[in-house]
Amino acid sequence: MSEIIKAEHLRYVYNPGMPDETAALDDVSFSIEQGDFVGVMGSTGSGKSTLIAHFNGLNRPTSGKLYVDGRDMWAEGQNLRDFRFLVGLVMQYPEYQLFEETCWKDIAYGPRNMGLDEAEITRRVREAADFVGLSDELLQKSPFELSGGQKRRVAIAGVLAMEPKILVLDEPAAGLDPEGRDTILTQIKNYHQATGITVILVSHSMEDIARYANRVLVMDHGKVAMYDTVEAVFARAPELLQLGLSVPQVTQVFLMLKGMGLDIDTDVYTMPYAVKTVLRAWNAKHPDKAVPEGKKGGGADAS
Amino acid sequence: MENNTILEAQEVRFRYDGDQPAETAAYAVDGVSMKVRRGEFVAVLGANGCGKSTLAKHFNAILLPETGTVLVEGMDTRTDEKLYDIRQKVGMVFQNPDNQIVATVVEEDVAFALENLGVPTDEMRTRVDEAMKLAGIYDQRTKAPHKLSGGQKQRVAIAGVIAMRPDCLILDEATAMLDPRGRAQVMKTIRSLRDAGISIVSITHYMEEAAQADRVLVMSRGRIVMEGAPTQVFSQTRRVRSYHLDVPQAAELRDELCAAGLPMPEGVITPEECARAIYDLLA
Amino acid sequence: MLRDITIGQHFPGNSIIHRCDPRLKIVATIAYIVVLFLASNPLGMVLSLVLLGLLYRAAKIPLKLILKSLKPIFPIVIFTAVLNLFFITGEGDPLVHLGFVRIYAEGVRYAVLMAVRIVALIAGTSLLTYTTSPIVLTDAIEALLKPFARLHLPVHELAMMMTIALRFIPLLIEETEKIMNAQKARGAMLDNGKFMERIKALVPVLIPLFISAFRRADELAMAMECRCYHGGEGRTRLKVLRFGRDDVKCAVVLAAGLAVILSTRWIMPGL
Repeated sequence: MSEIIKAEHLRYVYNPGMPDETAALDDVSFSIEQGDFVGVMGSTGSGKSTLIAHFNGLNRPTSGKLYVDGRDMWAEGQNLRDFRFLVGLVMQYPEYQLFEETCWKDIAYGPRNMGLDEAEITRRVREAADFVGLSDELLQKSPFELSGGQKRRVAIAGVLAMEPKILVLDEPAAGLDPEGRDTILTQIKNYHQATGITVILVSHSMEDIARYANRVLVMDHGKVAMYDTVEAVFARAPELLQLGLSVPQVTQVFLMLKGMGLDIDTDVYTMPYAVKTVLRAWNAKHPDKAVPEGKKGGGADAS
Repeated sequence: MENNTILEAQEVRFRYDGDQPAETAAYAVDGVSMKVRRGEFVAVLGANGCGKSTLAKHFNAILLPETGTVLVEGMDTRTDEKLYDIRQKVGMVFQNPDNQIVATVVEEDVAFALENLGVPTDEMRTRVDEAMKLAGIYDQRTKAPHKLSGGQKQRVAIAGVIAMRPDCLILDEATAMLDPRGRAQVMKTIRSLRDAGISIVSITHYMEEAAQADRVLVMSRGRIVMEGAPTQVFSQTRRVRSYHLDVPQAAELRDELCAAGLPMPEGVITPEECARAIYDLLA
Repeated sequence: MLRDITIGQHFPGNSIIHRCDPRLKIVATIAYIVVLFLASNPLGMVLSLVLLGLLYRAAKIPLKLILKSLKPIFPIVIFTAVLNLFFITGEGDPLVHLGFVRIYAEGVRYAVLMAVRIVALIAGTSLLTYTTSPIVLTDAIEALLKPFARLHLPVHELAMMMTIALRFIPLLIEETEKIMNAQKARGAMLDNGKFMERIKALVPVLIPLFISAFRRADELAMAMECRCYHGGEGRTRLKVLRFGRDDVKCAVVLAAGLAVILSTRWIMPGL
């Protein structure tokens, strides 16, 4: 494993010298390993959007250093565009960036900017479209004829087609219905598993982060509040609540149980583990009416 | 008995491509009948494209049904002379707060509808203040909307509508673009509006929000396919899922535990109820 | 970059200038512009700037903000000044004579004058928009133009269009930045590259921007309909324009100030 992103004392100030000067990032240091799936959380204004804009060279740090793939992004002689092709950024509501006549052309926009030959562009567009489940018929349509969820997938394919080493997604599921949300996040997870690239996912939904990420970075007031494995971060659920974040409903249930005086774990944030935890407690209490713990519930994961 | 009903749809059908022959056309709303009672909080759920937003736009005559009738307090939405009465009775808040705020100062935006209705200036002042207090944005009244957070902006939009003193408020995915904090603020405002006697129709993708409603409607392909109290609807986990929706995690956990053989009670949909039920089993 | 543009923005406040009747402010702004052109002599220019400075002071608007709003028009100011510097010929010997370049004292005076005039013009009109909320401004324009409504000029509609334009300017600027960032992330040459490449790279920014603007317009129109908007007929106002005692004072002070500036026309020779 090697570090693919490393931030050292990153600081970024908006409107320097003006009365409304604010430090959106303040002494931010951390590193991300190659192949990690990192969830980034934080309430609005915590600096998480500013942070991910740095990964792509859209913001220049006021001070501090940012290394991507071992190279100092803002050192002399570095070409920013190289970093932009290395780090694929899917912004919030990316469907608003579509502009070409057909979806195919729009997905090809990034690869074309990279100066690739036609055969390579064709291969990449096709692969990216496959990953997000866009049919050939859809690819020939204008992006503006598609549904909201489809447009979003075209936009994501446009970034995947650049075949970045790091994929950064800012709330890729915002505003979608539950099915659209699951589809997109599952596709991203599959892409992560198939290619082994590093994924950074910004989300307000702990449920989503719990389901897909292996590490969590929590931002608060421009600083890194927590950066650890999903288990370790979600074990601190009460602190997360204080930071204005919402914890999964299952976690809330276990926090309430604890509050009622029950001796039970509160580091529960996925459904299977929640079921298991309750069953274990039940079996300990009612050995006479014990139920098998390993059994998967009937209604589980209908998808 | 009828005067207890605020909104009523009778066999409403609507399609966007109205000139196509009826056989080939796709109806966005395809024969919906429903009622909303005074003071009721109704949540409407459904996957994207199920027709729920189209239906909502019928309730204040933004859209008129192709066939069928929509009644607002007994007034047919097709009656031209009643148009402004209807729009004043049924306020509507949309997804993106930025695209519904007209003015560049909060209180001036809240006054916009009243200015249109020709409310005298003195009365307007009281009503604007009242609406801003109810929506919890009174402290922000002289600020510029683009300086506010998403949750605050959406509450400005709500205040701008409730200044008309509507009997019913329709929220068309009003929380979809907000962060959890903004969503919580808006939900709190909605609850206090309901307490003030305003009926709420909330179209949402968030099952946790729907769980707070008095009644839940599930739409699919332009029709209402499920209807009932949140506990009734969400306890049918599989059926809800078949319409490409989720159930609140609390309901899911209850189902899973039942399936594993624990005697969990019926009708558990909020985390509080779920915790209480598990506590009763384990304590 | 884009967010530096502050022209046309409103900075809410509660100073005497903020509270002043917007109709008076509009008339005064127009008068100020006229005077700027009539009193085109050094003393007049200095006094115009002094008056403006005092007004900004009274409005409690920080100097930094003015400088920030002037930044985007700086190239224009310099261009005009340079043009005047080189092309105005005066009597007598040129100050500088280098090959075909001849700079006359006249040219220098014109250059400075023009630069000051443009700056005063922008800063003066900015003061109006800084201290007057667009909706109030629109009300005032509507009130001032009311006599023309008889001539079938759609006064209210024009005023409404202006309000909406002003409301959406900051929003669309933000949106432009977002789209530019999104396309940059896909390798668009927006911050470097040859001139033609940059022009071509704008297409992926402009198309989404227009689509988004149309979508917003659509939604806004619907939201306005939902709030019973039906044109200017029978509308009332939250804030009714009243020409109060303070306004009379302001009007007198402003008139006096402008008169003094204008009088320099006869004291000092113009250009």
